[in-house]
Amino acid sequence: MANDSIIEVRNLTKKFGEFTAVDKISFDVKRGEIFGLLGPNGAGKSTTLRMLSTLARPTEGTAIIGGHDIVREDTEVRKLIGIVSEKMIMYNRLTAKENLVFFGSLFNLPKDDLSKRIDELLELVQLTKWKNSQVGTFSTGMRQRMNVVRALLNTPQVLFLDEPTLGLDPQSSVEIREFVKKLNRENGTTIIVTTHMMVDADLLCDRIGIMDHAKIVALDTSTNLKKTISGEDTTILKLEIGNLTPQIIEAINACGCVDAVTQENSMRLRIISHGQEAFDSVIDSVRAEGGKINSMENMQPTLEDVFLHITGHQVRDSADQKIPLEHKRFGQEASSRIR
Amino acid sequence: MINMTAKSLLSHTARIAWKDLTELFRNRLGLVLLIVMPLFMMVMVGFIYPSGNATPNSMPFGLVNQDSGFNNNTIPSQTFITGFQMMNNQTHMLTLSTSSSIANIKSEIQKGTLDGAVVIPSNFSESVMNGEQGTLIVITDQSNPTVSSELQAAVSDEINNLGTQLAKQEVRSLSANVTANNSLAIVQPYIVPPPANSSYFSFIAPGMVMLTVMMSVMTGLPVAISQEREVGTMDGMMVAPINRLSIILGKALGQTGRGLIQGVIVMALALGIFGVVIHGSMILVAALLLLGVFSFVGLGIVLTSLAKDQETAQMMMMTLMFPMMFLSGVMFPLQQMPWYMQDIAKFLPLTYAADAMRKVMVLGAGVGDISTDLIILIAFGAIMIAIAVPLFRRMMTR
Repeated sequence: MANDSIIEVRNLTKKFGEFTAVDKISFDVKRGEIFGLLGPNGAGKSTTLRMLSTLARPTEGTAIIGGHDIVREDTEVRKLIGIVSEKMIMYNRLTAKENLVFFGSLFNLPKDDLSKRIDELLELVQLTKWKNSQVGTFSTGMRQRMNVVRALLNTPQVLFLDEPTLGLDPQSSVEIREFVKKLNRENGTTIIVTTHMMVDADLLCDRIGIMDHAKIVALDTSTNLKKTISGEDTTILKLEIGNLTPQIIEAINACGCVDAVTQENSMRLRIISHGQEAFDSVIDSVRAEGGKINSMENMQPTLEDVFLHITGHQVRDSADQKIPLEHKRFGQEASSRIR
Repeated sequence: MINMTAKSLLSHTARIAWKDLTELFRNRLGLVLLIVMPLFMMVMVGFIYPSGNATPNSMPFGLVNQDSGFNNNTIPSQTFITGFQMMNNQTHMLTLSTSSSIANIKSEIQKGTLDGAVVIPSNFSESVMNGEQGTLIVITDQSNPTVSSELQAAVSDEINNLGTQLAKQEVRSLSANVTANNSLAIVQPYIVPPPANSSYFSFIAPGMVMLTVMMSVMTGLPVAISQEREVGTMDGMMVAPINRLSIILGKALGQTGRGLIQGVIVMALALGIFGVVIHGSMILVAALLLLGVFSFVGLGIVLTSLAKDQETAQMMMMTLMFPMMFLSGVMFPLQQMPWYMQDIAKFLPLTYAADAMRKVMVLGAGVGDISTDLIILIAFGAIMIAIAVPLFRRMMTR
């Protein structure tokens, strides 16, 4: 291949009636990269992923995966990709092996190859012992591992993961992350992962595209994204105020140098500010309202701060409040989360 | 190349169908219901509606004999009573008791201890022996029309018998040329021999078989597909490089299997338990089952494509199922319905499926006799599938 981009997304757009779920986004993904789409629920990440994996047809624009157009050559694209959805793609009444044989047989793999591949994959995720048990009896962690290996049956060049750690305990989340990294390292599989978990994005992804309201608002490595707000001008403060009141928060917000304030608990605030006088003016405004400062820390920026800085709101906020009603009705992503 | 495509289309279709049936057979409770549901249907409709074989029995029935006789002779009323008792000993339809007056009878009917009674008036023997008509009075519980008409029929049967007997004697006494045998021919020159087997089950079983098959395909398919979409497993098939057609064909084939299993169960129950006899060819019956499935599959897919989720799918099913169940002549003969209902029935495929099946099973009809039904069913199925496939493809690539 001439360039090293395995995915080229061009003006990809998806509309559900009047509502635009994905709005003319364009980006490239390099071969062998772990690429993250980070954003709140309803930002359009899952819809993007569904279009790239040929499950939804773009309203406008297209993408090329491994040299094939996702709209015109969808069958060719399907041979190259695997998808791990947030939903468990497996039949509870079939055994682990039967599930894999069924999905594998849809890829026209020779029977012996498929059988060998299934044994390999089950071994890889330590489910060999359970291969003849019905999947319905599995624990969530086991089911998630099954869900991942199912997507690997055709040895895909590109693996899409839609919120792979959603609803998993921290232990299982770590396992999935490690597994994905290993897959990327050892097989060179390109991985596209959507998540609203900052930790996932930070620990897993080579590059991160931040999505908000159907658009990609920033795209770079985690380090570079953080650098955009950790320049000399930006200061991130963690402030503990013993007698924190709404008036104090309002006063801090009113400072010209403060970009955003997040309340972390009943006493603690996280403040993104800029300028030489940041420290002084924040402290002044707190004391002017009679606030008593217990402690003050100068913080390193996190992806959360980056998101807050770029979009002006928190990831969690928008998940709960800022999704327009129509999106809940039409959006694949939003409606599946409301359960 | 084309050969390869067709081959993998078929193999994927078979895979998907097999997967669906495996799931079905793993679901124990579902499997039990698969058999129990049609059994319930058969038993319920079969016993709720009265028919020749399924007459009520042991209905409490009173007998009031006020006959005062003629010249101390009560032969006519005695003959009636004996004949009536003998008839009842065969049918066990009534539980006979004697009563003293009409007033008693009326109060017992009101209390519900009697369903009806026959009253022999005081001048019965006198009238008969004087060559006049003897009148019997039948009193029945008018609040229950079915019971009432059954009782009236039973009593008039016996009175007919009695009348015929007397008439025969009369005829013989008038002419010496008349023998015991041909005296009946003079009294009753015409008779209608009773039908060999006119049980309601024979009427209902063919329709029920078709109805079950139709329900299985029409409800099973939309539910099965929308369930896969909701659970997410549909995505697993959709991301595989397979022809979309094999998904719908596979699902349809799986549901067809389910429908046929149910159809065969209903058929076996009808033959084994309810004494229904197939007069036509077994092969034709089997072919009709398949044709029934074929004609409903398209409709099932259309509904699947229109329904957004399982709940909607099921509601749409119900809306369509009820008119089909009651208007297609499965449970009630079409002829009983007002003309506009009969016109509606003409648009329902089940009407033709049930009609064809009934003709084959009850009347032993051949292919030629049911060709109109067959043509309509094939045309309906083909048109529906032609509409269904593009509709389904569009739904899949929303």
